[in-house]
Amino acid sequence: MLSEADFIALWTTLKLATVATLILLCIGTPLAWWLAQTRSRLKAPCEAIIALPLVLPPTVLGFYLLIALGPAGPVGGLMQRLGGEPLAFTFTGLVIGSVFYSLPFVVQPLQTAFASIGTRSLEVAATLGASPFDRFFTIAVPLARPGFLTATVLGFAHTIGEFGVVLMIGGNIPGATRVLSIAIYDHVEAVDYASAHWLAGGLLILSFSLLLGVYSLNRHIAVIRP
Amino acid sequence: MSIQVRYRLQRNAFRLDAEFTVPAHGVTAIFGPSGCGKTTLLRAIAGLETVDSGYLKIGADVWHDEHRCLAPHERPLGYVFQETCLFPHLSVRRNLNYGYRRCADARKRIKFDDAVELLGIGPLLDRGPGGLSGGERQRVAIARALLTSPRLLLLDEPLTALDARSKAGILPYLERLHAELDMPVLYVSHAADEVARLADQMVLMEAGRVLAAGPIQALLTRFDLPLAQSTEAEAIVDASVAAHDDEFGLTCVDFPGGRFNVLRRDLPIGRPVRLRVLARDVSLTLERQSGTSILNVFPATVAALFETGDARVIVRLDIGGTPILAQITRKSAVALAIAPGQQLFAQIKSVALLA
Repeated sequence: MLSEADFIALWTTLKLATVATLILLCIGTPLAWWLAQTRSRLKAPCEAIIALPLVLPPTVLGFYLLIALGPAGPVGGLMQRLGGEPLAFTFTGLVIGSVFYSLPFVVQPLQTAFASIGTRSLEVAATLGASPFDRFFTIAVPLARPGFLTATVLGFAHTIGEFGVVLMIGGNIPGATRVLSIAIYDHVEAVDYASAHWLAGGLLILSFSLLLGVYSLNRHIAVIRP
Repeated sequence: MSIQVRYRLQRNAFRLDAEFTVPAHGVTAIFGPSGCGKTTLLRAIAGLETVDSGYLKIGADVWHDEHRCLAPHERPLGYVFQETCLFPHLSVRRNLNYGYRRCADARKRIKFDDAVELLGIGPLLDRGPGGLSGGERQRVAIARALLTSPRLLLLDEPLTALDARSKAGILPYLERLHAELDMPVLYVSHAADEVARLADQMVLMEAGRVLAAGPIQALLTRFDLPLAQSTEAEAIVDASVAAHDDEFGLTCVDFPGGRFNVLRRDLPIGRPVRLRVLARDVSLTLERQSGTSILNVFPATVAALFETGDARVIVRLDIGGTPILAQITRKSAVALAIAPGQQLFAQIKSVALLA
């Protein structure tokens, strides 16, 4: 069965995934909207940067984040000069790492959803007197609902599943940065396969349920809205 | 009160350089072949296109000049697109309310129920847009645009995407709109029959430029424009129903130049109607013929002639102040010695009552 340390790791994981997903939606929505609308030359470089975590080993991302967030890095150093703590090996640092790591999983479904709305509905809304802000919330967001669902669940589930980035910048501090994937790794290292099974199996079922839920719901939405 | 429009823009190889002024009442058809820039011009008027330079004045209000340019949502206009775009996530009622709620109360001139009644969409209100037919969707889209109480209504080929039956079903609604609301309409179309039926003024476009703008009767019969030169040349006669002849199944329609007999239509006496007379259905004779089967014969004065360059001559006639075109052969024109100022008779073989 699960030890108290495992429950703390589960709690840390869920907290991390929730906070990271909320931040990802706040950053990812305007970013995806801009990418779906713009004809700027900056579009392609931005898309490439956002997609980097898909192809890079997480340790590469983790390595650079560690340097940036550590006391000698630009971000960590700045934090220190402002009288704060460096961000490496803290929960906040982990959130920052997760946001970078899961960004493509949130931005890409949203961008696809926004792009598939097309410009016509938005033009109609404009001629009906809706300001750009107004039409974003009354037309774009409701029509992109399947994209939001996919983005939320993928962002959440992907954050739960990260390992390499956490290992590099989070370390293994119980209650702060020790998440489920690290806990599983520890159990395997300690040849405690029973505990590893519980956690690994639990994660597997949780992830599958989330994805099944998304795909079923999106199919449902697609069916009722031809 | 007038609508003044001037827009210039360049899109790859296409150049729009359009300028016209028309009265701010009635229906103005923007007419021309496909690809001549009609829709682009309409989109520019709505503020939906990025333009190189533009000027737009509706009555006393400037919507666009070098100093200011109203965003699309700040222009009090209604726009009905060629392919209907009802918001798929909203019911018909909420689609209608979308623009209605965003219109300031002080500016509201059209009531919700009135627009619903005018377009006959009461039974559709609580349905989703998915289950509506093409004609129903277009009527909802028109009502939705009307409910913003626009100063100017833009219709971009609203009938093109519809089949013949839906088209016939929606035209009477457009005519009611015309008759019951004092709202200027710009109507983009490449269909001559729709234009003949609905338009008061016409803006004639070709290759991104405006060839001419003015009353439709005048433009249809001007020899310097392609309309009067084509084999489809036509004239439009504004008339009113005068009497019904039940014995022979005819309806008598009066215009300043006389009385037309057309096949009986159930229309109230006094109702204004529009007649369409094709130039090739009009023949000329120097004396009034007896023993002819043609009912519609009018004394006419030759106003002008145009040789098309082939075997045809188009003659513009003045019949009681109304211009009518006749297409005859050059041979006949020579034989009858047709010349401006000449008095003769026009025999009109066939006429279409547009209603």
